[in-house]
Amino acid sequence: MTKSLKNIDDVTIRFAGDSGDGMQLTGMQFTSTTALVGNDLSTLPDYPAEIRAPAGTLFGVSGFQIRFGSAEINTPGDTCDILVAMNPAALKVNLRSLRDGGIIVANTYGFNEKNLKLAGYQKNPLEDESLSKYQVHAVDITKLTQNALDDMNMSGKIVDRSKNFFALGMMYWMFTRPMDSTLNWIKDKFKKTPELIEANTRVLKAGYAFGETTEIFAVRYEVKPAALSPGKYRSITGNEATAWGLIAASVKSGLDLFLGSYPITPASDILHELSKHKNFRVKTFQAEDEIAGITSAIGASYGGALGATTTSGPGMALKSEALGLAVMLELPLVVCNVQRGGPSTGLPTKTEQADLLQAVYGRNSEAPIPVIAASTPADCFQTVFEAARIAIKYMTPVIFLSDGYLANGAEPWLIPPVNSLPDISRNFRTDPEGFFPYSRDGKTLSRPWAIPGTPGLEHRIGGLEKQHITGNVSYDPDNHEFMVKMRQAKIDGIAEDIPPAKVDGAEKGDLLVVGWGGTYGAIRTAVENKRHEGKSVYHLHLKYLNPLQKNLGDILYSFKNVLVPELNLGQLSKLLRAKYLVPTIGLNKVQGLPFKASEIEKQIDEIL
Amino acid sequence: MNRVDELLKTAKNQPAAKYTARDFQSDQDVRWCPGCGDYSILAQTQRVMPDLGIAKHNTVFVSGIGCSSRFPYYMETYGFHGIHGRAAAIASGLKIARPDLSVWVATGDGDGLSIGGNHLIHICRRNINVKILLFNNQIYGLTKGQFSPTSELGKVTKSSPYGTVDHPFNPLLVALGAEASFVARTLDRDPKHLQFVIKRAAQHKGTAFIEIYQNCNVFNDGAFFTFTEKETKDDNVVFLEHGKPMIFGKEKDKGIKLDGFTPTVVSLADGKFSPDDLIVHNEKDTMLSFILARMSSIPHLPRPVGVVYAVERPLYEAEVERQIQQAVQKQGEGNLEKLLNHGETWTIQ
Repeated sequence: MTKSLKNIDDVTIRFAGDSGDGMQLTGMQFTSTTALVGNDLSTLPDYPAEIRAPAGTLFGVSGFQIRFGSAEINTPGDTCDILVAMNPAALKVNLRSLRDGGIIVANTYGFNEKNLKLAGYQKNPLEDESLSKYQVHAVDITKLTQNALDDMNMSGKIVDRSKNFFALGMMYWMFTRPMDSTLNWIKDKFKKTPELIEANTRVLKAGYAFGETTEIFAVRYEVKPAALSPGKYRSITGNEATAWGLIAASVKSGLDLFLGSYPITPASDILHELSKHKNFRVKTFQAEDEIAGITSAIGASYGGALGATTTSGPGMALKSEALGLAVMLELPLVVCNVQRGGPSTGLPTKTEQADLLQAVYGRNSEAPIPVIAASTPADCFQTVFEAARIAIKYMTPVIFLSDGYLANGAEPWLIPPVNSLPDISRNFRTDPEGFFPYSRDGKTLSRPWAIPGTPGLEHRIGGLEKQHITGNVSYDPDNHEFMVKMRQAKIDGIAEDIPPAKVDGAEKGDLLVVGWGGTYGAIRTAVENKRHEGKSVYHLHLKYLNPLQKNLGDILYSFKNVLVPELNLGQLSKLLRAKYLVPTIGLNKVQGLPFKASEIEKQIDEIL
Repeated sequence: MNRVDELLKTAKNQPAAKYTARDFQSDQDVRWCPGCGDYSILAQTQRVMPDLGIAKHNTVFVSGIGCSSRFPYYMETYGFHGIHGRAAAIASGLKIARPDLSVWVATGDGDGLSIGGNHLIHICRRNINVKILLFNNQIYGLTKGQFSPTSELGKVTKSSPYGTVDHPFNPLLVALGAEASFVARTLDRDPKHLQFVIKRAAQHKGTAFIEIYQNCNVFNDGAFFTFTEKETKDDNVVFLEHGKPMIFGKEKDKGIKLDGFTPTVVSLADGKFSPDDLIVHNEKDTMLSFILARMSSIPHLPRPVGVVYAVERPLYEAEVERQIQQAVQKQGEGNLEKLLNHGETWTIQ
């Protein structure tokens, strides 16, 4: 039969199944291939906290959403156009994100009595009228996978594990994607077991051929490459970008990187990635707990390394005393908090932005720390690099905020030329003449970094209050107040050393939408959509959260309204109101999920 | 080559100066209570340092919180006064980042065994080459007199007016349980022995754990007098010497014999037992080390003092370096350009 080929601008696919069905892998493979084709894209992995939740249950559903297109893509899509559901639970959980008229590809094998019951279906939805507003393609993916491997004598378990490649093959066909990248990946992944290469290759190709030959799918789609800026690209997740940004800072500063870290979702991948790159002299120390993670990094910084620690919310709470120590010691340290839903253990695998006030204020006493946040997965690279620059130049811990959405999400990244990254100068004090551990640079107010091993600079530092200049322990009241102000002035002064805030669009208008962190894509999409409708709405996205940029007040005063969408109950709003006395309007969502552009658009419509 | 390496080169070119104990005294006024056992530990450490052949600038003392943790301020070396319990973790990071440095930890029974217990056991099991001086006075001094995790059961203190119901830690058993490669005990009031044990620890390659019986004359005066004072010491302490039978007593007339796995005291005076019947100390014997450590919990037995256990096993930080060298050999020095461009990339014209 002839199949028609339809050109579309952008499309969103959601792969969903049991947490053991390999949906994350399927999604990542589709992502790599789509990136290679030249589409712009954005992804949203959405998986349960349980490693292998009981099969067929609603809470065991793992999903991966990818939106890709021929124009700029900033979000993984509010709703999906295609839902691949491996079982009834996957259908039930994800149906609400499928747009009306969208396509369902369902694995009929998974829709057995037991699974239907687990998902709470009285009747098989594939067989009644309940899905009539969608285009349903019921395919027995498991059976077809079995058939493809019929003569290979594979165990049922292996057949079951490779069925995701059948689904992937179908999607490759439907969106006219080449299979080479995944075929190469299979070869590499299973190089020790040739029969698995054969099996997975067969299944992938069988899925593709199924699309080609059967009459179920009448249409296939083409999504033309996006008009991205020229250059060399790669696909990158936020956690990878964070790891590489730290390595880049190590290279550009000439300091060996030391990572002290305790595994925690969703930050562990940074530890995993860094532990691979020993040829950069990266030392990763999987510590006994979160506290040892940060204190070992402080010890390494004291010794002249670039100390870093990575964690997520609850781990951050454990590190707070040591953060205060780093403030007192005035040693460089990069602290990465990949935020997740909280409080306490909260929602380990879900995203949230509710650690902002913790980052800015969450320590005993007056303990100012610079805070900067990445806005997209790839932006983690530049942002953590900037965190390291500030840490070293100002001899201070710096908190780098990412979140679960950025950490696991991927996007195409225009690889920066290495020589475009600035050198980070670090000056170890070597001259004993006139050396005092707490003397200060007249401009940056930072103290000298005098590392052990340097003759003549033997000195003692610690968490007790320091006497100005000498660094000796001092309980003098005036000195304490002076030092509190000194530490604050040092951090405040960083505002002189960062680029001014820049609104995307105009200098003034009816509404300014101010965001920070991982909400960038959703805000940008919403603001652009509304501006196309002729509304006077503009976007400002903050990377620097402490100190805030010098021109921020002037910008806020130039707009009639200020809307602050955040995945918390209004933490940036509080900071802006307190500092600039502007009546911000909050748009707050705390569901463990990122914003949909439409949610922000709706709020814009209400204001304008 | 990075800046640290450059610096190290200059450091190594400096001939190791001939130091005296005075060279290790910092300009800070020592602020322990008059009569505190810490003074002796400080003095003996300063006396031993010149013999170690390590430059002052390559030596770092790290501490947590507590009376003992003031130690780094008084040493004319690099010093790091950290936060409560974290000295072992800070020292671990420092030593892994800078294996060239001689790193010491000064801690106490509260800092090291209570709030910092976790870090203490983990540094021991990893075998990072850090020397740990644990000042055990069986009391909280800096916070003015609460019981500590080594206080004897039933101890009446400010926070236990009816006596403690806490079973105490045996520090040697904690260190041995965490498989420390060097475990020793010494006494604040025995300068010679204290110097000897510190020196042995310094020479050991690996985590060295020293429990030092230290008298807190303000809040727990005389806790160890049975073992440290002239009148009672000889009959209540057995000094361990590798390869020698365990003999003690004022008249050297008593010994420790193993009865099954149970150590018992026998008399050498009545001709029934000779030194041949006694336990011969072997620092490398793991089973014996546990028996010796356990003796502190048995009231009628003398306290073993000296090097209980000393074996060599791979150093954590050396293994880290080895993996780095291997990676560099296999993949070449890290190249940022290569890292950013490896794997799947595509070009848009």
